[in-house]
Amino acid sequence: MGRIVLNNVTKSFGETQVIPSLDLTIEDGEFAVFVGPSGCGKSTLLRMIAGLEELTSGHIEIDGDDVTQVPPSKRGLAMVFQSYALYPHMTVRKNIAFPLRMEGRDQSEINKKVEAAARSLNLTDYLDRKPAALSGGQRQRVAIGRAIVRNPSAFLFDEPLSNLDAALRVGMRLEISEMHKSMKTTMIYVTHDQVEAMTMADKIVVLQAGVIEQVGTPLELYHTPGNVFVAGFIGSPKMNIFSGSEAEKLGAHTAGVRPEHIDIDLSDGTWKGTVGVAEHLGSDTFVHVHDTVLGDLVTVRVAGDVAVKHGDTIYLTPQMDKIHKFDERGLRV
Amino acid sequence: MAIVSANSNISRYGRPVLAWGVALLFFFPIFWMVLTSFKTDADAVKPEFLIWFKPTLDNYLNLTENYDYWRFATNSVITSVCATLFTLVVGVPAAYAMAFNPSRATKDILMWMLSTKMLPAAAVLYPMIFLAKGIGLYDTHVLVITVVSLINLPIAIWMLFTYFKEIPKDIIEAGKMDGVSTWGEVKEILIPLAWGGIASTALIIFIFCWNEAYWTVRLTTIDAATLSKLIEGNRAPEGLFFGRLSAVSTAAVGPIVVLGWFCQKQLVQGLTFGAVK
Repeated sequence: MGRIVLNNVTKSFGETQVIPSLDLTIEDGEFAVFVGPSGCGKSTLLRMIAGLEELTSGHIEIDGDDVTQVPPSKRGLAMVFQSYALYPHMTVRKNIAFPLRMEGRDQSEINKKVEAAARSLNLTDYLDRKPAALSGGQRQRVAIGRAIVRNPSAFLFDEPLSNLDAALRVGMRLEISEMHKSMKTTMIYVTHDQVEAMTMADKIVVLQAGVIEQVGTPLELYHTPGNVFVAGFIGSPKMNIFSGSEAEKLGAHTAGVRPEHIDIDLSDGTWKGTVGVAEHLGSDTFVHVHDTVLGDLVTVRVAGDVAVKHGDTIYLTPQMDKIHKFDERGLRV
Repeated sequence: MAIVSANSNISRYGRPVLAWGVALLFFFPIFWMVLTSFKTDADAVKPEFLIWFKPTLDNYLNLTENYDYWRFATNSVITSVCATLFTLVVGVPAAYAMAFNPSRATKDILMWMLSTKMLPAAAVLYPMIFLAKGIGLYDTHVLVITVVSLINLPIAIWMLFTYFKEIPKDIIEAGKMDGVSTWGEVKEILIPLAWGGIASTALIIFIFCWNEAYWTVRLTTIDAATLSKLIEGNRAPEGLFFGRLSAVSTAAVGPIVVLGWFCQKQLVQGLTFGAVK
């Protein structure tokens, strides 16, 4: 079990309030991702759930028990850090065994659990090495192994893939998702990478300046962003957001349309512009268009390959049913 | 071209010569002291026996037979070992607390500790002596160990604090998540990771304790007197007996020089800590 409830949680560092009052429920077995720009308070929130950061006010409940004053190790949570935070003086075996040894389990049980964890993470051949002799991906696996053996009610991940290179990151992302599917344990995952959020989460919590902007499934956030911030933050490439006369024509203060919801034509369309850069990825083409009535650069995503180049005149037509409209407070209408 | 080759000649030969020159300059007093310790008091002041003389062990025999060298040496060992241990027992937790649970006052506390080193020792000499005599601790190991520990504690805490700061906070927090107690944190994580730093600190504090003279000379008469007191006691009023004094001094600094020689690597690490990250 691992249902986590945050009630009126706030956090201030001295005079600076980083998290104004916040309520959130993470259901048992859910994969929740906290996402937001750096400095939005997502790591602080995770550390508060872990017990590494004290609450300024409010309560945290795990499975109905108030754990606000409970020390980190007694909350039944396991954490994986961005820096891996392995014990450099211990071998992989000792690293993974460490939390069990601290709990005072007997040696035969420790050995059995460590070996099972090592097998599931492909670390069996490395059990007698020290962390310094491992690659980044292997180190992260050891950190995950150290978390798994504790059999926690929830896993907390603090940007665990940020230190890995791009290829490894995709692989580890899948491994963590697989792990969640097979273990069905609650996981809270902090990242600034919205692609990680979209691909892994059951539920995404978008944060900005310590405030929850929206909570929802990845597709809810994609299709019905609650405000301009979420609209701009979720989706890659970013949504094209514009205000002024073009938005007013659509009956909104601010409007937005995703790059994949704009059609292009070389002779006719709603907005005329000039091609700046066309990025050919093979499967898709990202066309960045200047000089439209929208003012800012407009990005268009076209499936497959399109023969446009720098300086070409191009016409853009948004798919009207896919336009997002916001009022003057930035809220969805 | 000529200038370039002249420059490279200077750097090729000049620097080693300069380095050797400086090293010899520093080493010379020690060399002279050791040399003099093998001369009789009469020979020690005669120019004709400056380098060539008939070596004798009389000064050293005199030291052990008439001056109770081993008692002073034992006291030095007791004082230095106990004071070093006491300093670490207090210093490690203090530095740990300040490195990993800093408060707003941490910086000020560290500066305050350092500022105690700026107080001239002479300013508190008489209060200390009266106090020590008043509570009946004058010339006891307890007093000497306490005083020597306390004067070295600020340095120990500063050194340890700097070493502990190098340990990533995440590792300590991972330990907290894994369920280590505070003592477990120190034993399982902090000490193994900062072992080099703790050893360097211990070594330097041991040397400082061994060499401490101001307080050990003034707070003892015989029972707790260290080798510093033995040297001081050989300042004969009728003139200096150079041979005897040199032997006392050589026997006093000998152990620490040998210790320093074997621990050179740790010492350099300790003295240059924080210089290069």
